[in-house]
Amino acid sequence: MFEYTFQWRQAFRALPQMLEGALVTLQVAVLSMAMGVAIAVLLALMRNSSSPWLRAPATAWVEVARNTPALFQIYMAHFGLAGLGLYLDPFTALLAGITFNNAGYLCETFRGALRAIPGTQARAGRSLGMGAAQAFRLIVMPQMFRISFPPLTNQMVWAILMTSLGVTVGLATDLTGVTQDLNSRTFRTFELFALAAVLYYLIAKAVAGGARLLAWRLFRY
Amino acid sequence: MLGTALTLNDLLFLGRGALVTIAVTVIAVLGGTLLGVAFGVLRAHANRWLLLPLVFLLDVFRSVPLLIQLILGNAFQAVAGWGWSPFATSCVILSLYTSAYATEIVRGAIEAVPQTTRRAARSLGLTWRQDMASIVFPMGLRVALPSWIGLTLGVMKDSALVLWLGIIELLRASQILITRLQEPLFILTVAGAIYFALSFPIARLGARLERRWREDD
Repeated sequence: MFEYTFQWRQAFRALPQMLEGALVTLQVAVLSMAMGVAIAVLLALMRNSSSPWLRAPATAWVEVARNTPALFQIYMAHFGLAGLGLYLDPFTALLAGITFNNAGYLCETFRGALRAIPGTQARAGRSLGMGAAQAFRLIVMPQMFRISFPPLTNQMVWAILMTSLGVTVGLATDLTGVTQDLNSRTFRTFELFALAAVLYYLIAKAVAGGARLLAWRLFRY
Repeated sequence: MLGTALTLNDLLFLGRGALVTIAVTVIAVLGGTLLGVAFGVLRAHANRWLLLPLVFLLDVFRSVPLLIQLILGNAFQAVAGWGWSPFATSCVILSLYTSAYATEIVRGAIEAVPQTTRRAARSLGLTWRQDMASIVFPMGLRVALPSWIGLTLGVMKDSALVLWLGIIELLRASQILITRLQEPLFILTVAGAIYFALSFPIARLGARLERRWREDD
């Protein structure tokens, strides 16, 4: 069945380069999550507001982010915006695409969490003399993050998996990009991508495990 | 901006791409659901330690990027000398990927049926098979269907990645047109609108089902 000699040593020799790529992967994922969370909080507030001028753009963002492929969103940032004369390099385009996607999904997560927090809490804060922004920041937001922490972790893992799409717009520095670059020079596709798959699996598991540890530290009473 | 070189033929080309997207999705969801039901029933009933290899394998399918899975699957079939077409490879990999998520949905749905209900069924003389078919299936379906709709839409969106294996689906078709017409923003918007039109109504339906079925619990 296998008339093929596997060359694992060649793949292992590439390991240092791939680990460097993994760092870039993590960097994109962390940055896109940080910006995604910030935008998502804003979008959630906008979607919950009474003004249709605030609601409409936030709703449009969320629905487009959730109903089109992530790859389409990255293409839009890379090729689409270039049509407007705004050229984003592959790294920025990937980051923008994933951030857009993260923000859309996280907005709905946060809205769900906000629904679970009784309105009386914010009012209790207000009656103690807090301003509206203060009550949101000190009373509502910490609970919102606590409730939405498991889906946040999932989204982080998703963000890591999504970074692999950077190679389709020509990013050559993240884990998939480095692997593809090595592949085009050595043609050891199976060995190299098998190693990349193992690395992705380890990163995903490390992030999920780290998040559980963090949740245990952050959210105990 | 308003003038475009996009002709009716080009639109038909995009439409054909959309049909490929739908075909890949339907095959992957069918295969993935069948596998997922089998694995899910196993996971809900069989011994936890016996299933450890299966659980690990399905976890791998959920923790490794789909793009890597597709490249790896394609390389594997080439190494093994099976000579599969890119379309067949994509469908197989996407089916396995779908099955990993479907398994969790099915398991959750089966476990959502109260043990006491199932014992009641068995004590009335129903066999395990009858209990599964006429008690667990109808009750579990209500739990599973909204997530399953979400999974189907997710697979539809993820199926865009098969373009890496050279299949001309919706997104790849739009890319080919961009190369020729040099109107990236307009053509991508059309492609995005097609994805949106496919996904949004079904997503709405899923959300409605979820709300309605939660109410009469």
